[in-house]
Amino acid sequence: MTWSWEVFFEVIPIIFKGMWITVGLTIVCYLFAAIFGFFWLFMDRIPFKPANWLFKWIAEFIRSTPPLVQLFFIYYAWPMVPVIGVSLNPFSAAVLGLGIHFSTYLSEVYRSGIESVEKGQWEAATALNLSTSQKWFKVILPQAIPPTIPMLGNYLIIMFKEVPLASTIGVVAMLHLANDYGAQYYKYVEPLTVVAIFFLILSYPSALLIKKLEDKYNRRFDKKYVTES
Amino acid sequence: MGEPIAKYRDVHKSFGEVEVLKGIDLDIGSAEKVALIGPSGSGKTTIIRLLMTLENPTMGTIEVNGKNLWHMESKNGLVPANEKYLREVRGDIGMVFQHFNLFPHMTILENCMTAPINVKKESKESARKRSLEMLEKVGLADKVDLYPNQLSGGQKQRVAMARALVMRPKIMLFDEVTSALDPELVGEVLEVIRDIAEEGEMAMVLVTHEMDFALDIADRVLFLNDGVIEADGPPSEIIENPKSERLKDFLSRFTSSNGNHA
Repeated sequence: MTWSWEVFFEVIPIIFKGMWITVGLTIVCYLFAAIFGFFWLFMDRIPFKPANWLFKWIAEFIRSTPPLVQLFFIYYAWPMVPVIGVSLNPFSAAVLGLGIHFSTYLSEVYRSGIESVEKGQWEAATALNLSTSQKWFKVILPQAIPPTIPMLGNYLIIMFKEVPLASTIGVVAMLHLANDYGAQYYKYVEPLTVVAIFFLILSYPSALLIKKLEDKYNRRFDKKYVTES
Repeated sequence: MGEPIAKYRDVHKSFGEVEVLKGIDLDIGSAEKVALIGPSGSGKTTIIRLLMTLENPTMGTIEVNGKNLWHMESKNGLVPANEKYLREVRGDIGMVFQHFNLFPHMTILENCMTAPINVKKESKESARKRSLEMLEKVGLADKVDLYPNQLSGGQKQRVAMARALVMRPKIMLFDEVTSALDPELVGEVLEVIRDIAEEGEMAMVLVTHEMDFALDIADRVLFLNDGVIEADGPPSEIIENPKSERLKDFLSRFTSSNGNHA
């Protein structure tokens, strides 16, 4: 094996093009997961036990099966399902597959955030006669969200690193382009190294940013009781 | 005493298998100051939580200001109350909790302003004015921009009272409001309650272990035991001249060395 700087610099612009797809796919998947995460939470709160169990079980099933299997199912198998089967383009299939998979994790994050708010907060909000939506938006969520920021951020980064799975169903992003290049010129080391570097460049600052956000949100809760001054 | 502000009729409450209230009949006058005393687990707190709609009765009816708490009129007679109706009824009731339950993400002033702005749709200006007035009344006018965890327990409880008062309740409920406080902070909170009581027009129900205090500000003391009201009368009768053995026994636990009830 020989390392060629020439190849290295040649593949950078090629893979850079794929980076936007990777980043875009991550953002869209994450938004889908973030919104769909509330669906599981909502299903858990409808006052009908069998439905709670059913959706709990479905979420558990999705969490416990590999995302790759789910992607393949949505892309290859679902179009063959009678009546509800739909054929999706690779990008949509990836959004749906990864989005649903990660929504089951995010709903657990939401749940932990909401459960971390003391029961007394709900009661005080009731005693002040706030409406149900005011209770959520003025009292509960402002307290529930900040502690979950690190977890939400972690899942964003984990998802970013799972997005290359989409190349298996034909989403042309960084990994796919690197592979194509490798197959064409039989040079894999440089393009894959560039892919790794791109991932590092994107995920490390994201991790720092999340840390910063976390500090910012937690600071105002951290002010300690100061004695009479 | 005029028309009662709150009426309980044969109210029962069970948590699972355990029946906490076993038939409560009670009228609270529109300006009455009622102290609820009794051993822990006797159902004192449950009585006021039912009134605040934090619990629903297993059986019986509760009326506030002439309106049934859990059932509303409809074409088909009485039906279970919806949230909109509940919010109407709840508007007359305020509550202060044992553990303060201030909103930690809001400043003291915001804690007081949020309900009038969101619930009563008051303007920011008038909500601020009213909140500042109430915070002054509880002696915290200089703390309005701090967050709750920058305050002591006693200060937090005073904010909680200001927050409830801003909504101008017709009846205010106090759930063991001094139990979570360090002993040296109890006085400042009781002082504020006494001030509120002296203004007179609002009905107050206090679940308390402060017998001296009950004796001092209450018009009426209820002794709760095992889910029923066992004694009901003016403090001079209930606390100073208890008749039943159980009440005597209960009060003896609060008797201090000089023979007074502490």
